[in-house]
Amino acid sequence: MTSKLAADKVSAWYGTKKAIEDISIEFEEHSTSAIIGPSGCGKSTLIRCLNRLHETVPKARVEGHVLLDGKDVYEDDPVAVRRRVGMVFQKANPFPTMSVYDNVAAALRLNGVRDRKALDGVVKRSLEKAALWDEVKDSLGKPGVSLSGGQQQRLCIARALAPEPEVLLMDEPCSALDPIATAKIEDLIFDLKKDYTVVIVTHNMQQAARVAETTAFMYLGHLIEVGATRELFERPKETLTESYITGRFG
Amino acid sequence: MAFPFRRGARRARLHPTGSSWGDTLFRAGSGAAGVAVLALLGLIAIVLTVNAAPSLRTFGLGFLVSGEWNPVTNQFGALPFIYGTLLTSALALLLGVPVSLGIAIFVSELAPPSIRIPLTYVVELLAAVPSVVYGLWGIYVLVPLLAGYVAPALQGSLGFLPVFQGTIYGTNLFTAGVILAIMIIPTVSAVTRDALTAVPQNQREAALSLGATRWESIRIGVLSYARSGIFGAVMLGLGRAFGETMAVTMVIGNRNAISVSWFAPAQTLSSLIANNIREALGTDLYLGAVVELGLVLMLVALLINVFARLMVWRFLGTTEGLE
Amino acid sequence: MIRFNRDVRRRIKDRVMVVLALVCVALALIPLGSILFTVIVRGSSVINVDFFTQIQPTPCSPTPGVVCPQGGIANAIIGTFLLLGLSSAIGIPLGLLAGIYLAEYGRGPLVFAVRFFADVMTGLPSIVMGLFIFAAFQLLFPGFVFSAIAGSLALAVIVVPFVARTSEESLRLVPGSIREAALALGVPKYRVTLRVVLSSAREGIVTGALLAMARIGGETAPLIMTALGNSFVSTRLDQPIQAMPLVIFNFATSPYANWNALAWGTALLLVLIMLGLSIAARLLLRRRFRERRIGA
Repeated sequence: MTSKLAADKVSAWYGTKKAIEDISIEFEEHSTSAIIGPSGCGKSTLIRCLNRLHETVPKARVEGHVLLDGKDVYEDDPVAVRRRVGMVFQKANPFPTMSVYDNVAAALRLNGVRDRKALDGVVKRSLEKAALWDEVKDSLGKPGVSLSGGQQQRLCIARALAPEPEVLLMDEPCSALDPIATAKIEDLIFDLKKDYTVVIVTHNMQQAARVAETTAFMYLGHLIEVGATRELFERPKETLTESYITGRFG
Repeated sequence: MAFPFRRGARRARLHPTGSSWGDTLFRAGSGAAGVAVLALLGLIAIVLTVNAAPSLRTFGLGFLVSGEWNPVTNQFGALPFIYGTLLTSALALLLGVPVSLGIAIFVSELAPPSIRIPLTYVVELLAAVPSVVYGLWGIYVLVPLLAGYVAPALQGSLGFLPVFQGTIYGTNLFTAGVILAIMIIPTVSAVTRDALTAVPQNQREAALSLGATRWESIRIGVLSYARSGIFGAVMLGLGRAFGETMAVTMVIGNRNAISVSWFAPAQTLSSLIANNIREALGTDLYLGAVVELGLVLMLVALLINVFARLMVWRFLGTTEGLE
Repeated sequence: MIRFNRDVRRRIKDRVMVVLALVCVALALIPLGSILFTVIVRGSSVINVDFFTQIQPTPCSPTPGVVCPQGGIANAIIGTFLLLGLSSAIGIPLGLLAGIYLAEYGRGPLVFAVRFFADVMTGLPSIVMGLFIFAAFQLLFPGFVFSAIAGSLALAVIVVPFVARTSEESLRLVPGSIREAALALGVPKYRVTLRVVLSSAREGIVTGALLAMARIGGETAPLIMTALGNSFVSTRLDQPIQAMPLVIFNFATSPYANWNALAWGTALLLVLIMLGLSIAARLLLRRRFRERRIGA
């Protein structure tokens, strides 16, 4: 089996508090996987373990393995891992002192790329992939924070795509957006899986149903069930999953 | 799927790359700068102690209680300067703290929002005026004013008190206290204002809802709630008055003896150092005595500031938790 | 009816307290106004070309038939800027680095101790810092006790803890999400700090640096025992150097009319520089807050 990214018996702590326990899950290449579950179930923590961002929180700790192309990312340099595994956050967080252009170019610039032509190409390509190019091509010099909320989030997606990652993690990318902006991002996610392996955390079950082939359900730090999205929503195997998707809790 | 299972290897970086070297270096560099700040404090104490050694050895603890300061006979005692420092600082607090409290209350509780910020800036301008300019102004404006009008008036009305008796000199201890009072106002009022604005709004509302007037709600709801913060502010003001040098040096009259009268010239620890350090260079014992005054000044100021910071930190820390 | 009386008394008390608070504000503004007024009135008469280009004159008081040379404080202006520049160049980077340590690696008892004692040190009398450098040079380089480099170091010692705390505070205002976004791009942490976090906090850091310069620009006590003063223009680091605060101190207490006048002129210039720095810092701070509001 060729899974692009896999977690193997991953547990994570904040201080002494265990956030997720013993999670094993695989993500197919060129597919979109959704992770759903009530707030506090550890779904964000799980994807933050996948790009080793969890350990940057004070007193946070991870155990287990995360395999990218079969190689444990916890035995690699975290910086190199994060270059291959991009991330989009819950709330759009463009760099406040940078223009639209500089935001997208940030990853390359910060890693020492200075060739203006190469940067121009990457910025244009990334913005196109993030379906933002047409809206901002005349205002690349404006501050990134001057865009609307939905545009800011797509700017952040373009920023994450610029270093050409193989995997894109999205942590509730639409939770702060209105329905129209959300629809745009969902379309975008649909297109992105042609080139990337996408993992999206969402508390919105409809969204998972719309964008993902595979869906995982988490509850209280445990992975309860993983399956094809239709399967999981129509014929859940676990009673916990069933009560959640029928709205009995959460 | 079976994965290799090696629990021990989790946190180790097996392949350190250029980037992690950069991180290590940068972390070490900034850590060194942080530790340097701490080390600096220790270094100050050590260097001053080494330079004060001749005096420490010769006079021991008697240095602190001896009133004799005579470079000609090599007799050195710190008492007149400790007395001058304590008394001018006390006067500064006595006159400066009530005014500072009034300003802080006005700015945080009473003033219309539109003049709050401008007023804050203007009061803080008092802190931007260099100490030596206070001294210059003191010599030419404050000294004639106090010696010509205020001191005679005090002597006339409160002359039965020994501290207001005797000849009125132009430059004297009282003038130094007044100028220090003005100089601590920005510090005390700014920190007090921070403490008052940190009081949760519901404290004021609780008092008002009991039928308290505005002043009563300030007293019950705000001032008593913020009292440890205010106390910290007063201590910070004391710290400032305690070590203030130039303005005091220029108006206190520089006499190395204790007088009962507040209208007589005096000397503080810092003004003595400023006046005599260059003269003392070359005579080990004299220089040691001057530096020892600096050591005393530093240790007491350190104590005052540690205490004040603890009060302010504790107060601002606890309200952050409550909000 | 007793209640009624009490209520009236309470209301009167309320009024009185408001008036008293206002009086306190006035009591603080009167000296400020008086200082500014006196300095401007007495200082402006000597502010002319000579003031900026000449060095200090021979002491002189006008008598019939004698016209005193006014002179200037070129040596002190050059000295003050040199001292300010050198002490900032030493103190600000060091303080900034310590501030980065406090804000970005800030955990544990050591960090707590550094932060606390940096705060404490900002409250220590400046004369102690001067005495420290004086005593240290006395031990290590006794030939250079009175020199520009000693003066700069004394001022730098004041700058370091102050800038450490102000830059720490501004770095803490940068949201964690910005750091995470940069880290998630696969950028090493030190570059995240240097290129993203520092630039997001730049207004606050510059404000802190300006306030630090305003703080040391008027310092006199530490210079009395280090920079010492110099009647002539000097830019040598190993020689005594003149500074504007020293001119004010030495000339204010002298009996000569032309020196007194120069003291007032110097005070005017110094106050203008210090107020300018403080006001620039305030304006920057206000701009930062306004920007943050729009961004949020």
